[in-house]
Amino acid sequence: MVVLACSAAAAAPGEPALRSFAIVGDAIPDSLTGAPGDAARGRAIVFNRQVGLCLLCHSGPFPDEKFQGNLAPDLSGAGARSSIGQLRLRLVDASRLNPATIMPSYYRTEGLTRVAPAFVGKPILTAAQIEDVVAFLATLQE
Amino acid sequence: MTAAFLRVAILPLVAGFASLALAADIPTAERRSGSEFMGPETRAMQDDDTTNPGMLWVLDGEAAWRRREGAADKSCADCHGYAQTSMNGVAARYPAFDAAKGRPVDLEERINMCRSEQQKATPLPFESQALLALTAYVGRQSRGQAIAVADDARTYPFIAAGREIFERRQGQLDLSCASCHDDNWGKKLAGAPVPQAHPTGYPTYRLEWQTLGSLQRRLRNCMIGMRAEPYAYGTAENVDLELYLMWRARGLAIETPAVRP
Ligand code: HEC
Ligand code: HEC
Repeated sequence: MVVLACSAAAAAPGEPALRSFAIVGDAIPDSLTGAPGDAARGRAIVFNRQVGLCLLCHSGPFPDEKFQGNLAPDLSGAGARSSIGQLRLRLVDASRLNPATIMPSYYRTEGLTRVAPAFVGKPILTAAQIEDVVAFLATLQE
Repeated sequence: MTAAFLRVAILPLVAGFASLALAADIPTAERRSGSEFMGPETRAMQDDDTTNPGMLWVLDGEAAWRRREGAADKSCADCHGYAQTSMNGVAARYPAFDAAKGRPVDLEERINMCRSEQQKATPLPFESQALLALTAYVGRQSRGQAIAVADDARTYPFIAAGREIFERRQGQLDLSCASCHDDNWGKKLAGAPVPQAHPTGYPTYRLEWQTLGSLQRRLRNCMIGMRAEPYAYGTAENVDLELYLMWRARGLAIETPAVRP
């Protein structure tokens, strides 16, 4: 089993660095914050087009949400298909699972080109937000 | 020797520039203007000059075409006569290579070159109503004409540079233009169909803008969406992208002034 330890590179002054985490196989088994996330907050992040951006590409079992995307698989059953740790790695850095993916890496600040100044050195979601989204995805059992 | 090397270094010499086309490109038969992804109401608005809001700028541009300007006190018409004949087909081949500058210039820059060099007037700012109006008026004279930018030894490096930008991942979301417009056109991003990004109708009246806007403004919108730093107006990168997009859209008809969602 491969264990990769990743830790944050220098963040902009005043910005919190990324927390370190360990990738084991195709998963990050441990919570980035050391605590479980909150599924209700995660749901709000997933639905927010400026924060999670998920529904730009994905659709899901959310009949009341208008304008869902279909560039990516439907999120129905995502929590049944993957373990919590697999969902966490998928969000943190999907490019480790599929280098050609268009799914953004939500918790990575390295290896990016021409990032707009407002976003330089910042991950798309914070560690706590990642945990919230993971907790929400885990509820999508069918 | 790699295939990429063969493509770039050898094939142009033996096969001409047809080798700019790659297997991953959208096949000619599947190439579609943005207007084909729009709803029937928006298409009807574009197709009827009495409802197309872009025609207001075309009318302003027609007046500007005849107005004397600058220290030379000359109008566009003084040099070019009737735009209906002299400007027919021009927008379909821009950006075009400018020998004096040694690089391609887009229609807006070409108009501003005439202003500063011929009219001895100050260049019009990017996205100003005056520049949009003249560009829309000149563009209107190519409506229905097939896009055909020069594809030769002089333009080849700039088309290739534009393609490189189009295919490069950028921004916090780490997407390339090609991620959406080559690989996922026709699918839905949120509710909106992803078009193929053919610059058929610029300047375009965009309903979201509630005004007419240039192709560079549209490119900046997509870059902001990718959370990438947009290229400044008038930079070489933007013109290379414009040229690549026009080359990629070759054969499609000009719709200027188009209407887009
Ligand atoms: C720009 C497009 C895009 C965005 C935005 C995006 N994804 Fe994805 N996602 C994909 C694609 C494409 C896949 C398919 C697998 C791959 O390419 O790696 C995927 C796969 C997944 C999977 C695995 C699906 C399965 O079948 O089990 C999950 C879970 C997931 N995404 C969750 C999310 C969440 C949650 C967000 C937002 C926080 C998000 N994605 C944002 C494109 C996207
Ligand atoms: C995440 C997806 C995505 C990415 C990445 C993207 N675009 Fe777009 N693009 C769109 C969508 C969706 C539209 C249509 C928007 C609308 O009309 O509401 C569009 C529209 C366009 C148009 C207008 C087409 C027309 O018919 O007028 C052009 C040109 C364009 N994009 C070029 C680019 C370029 C160049 C890049 C890279 C710098 C890029 N796009 C990156 C999704 C994307």
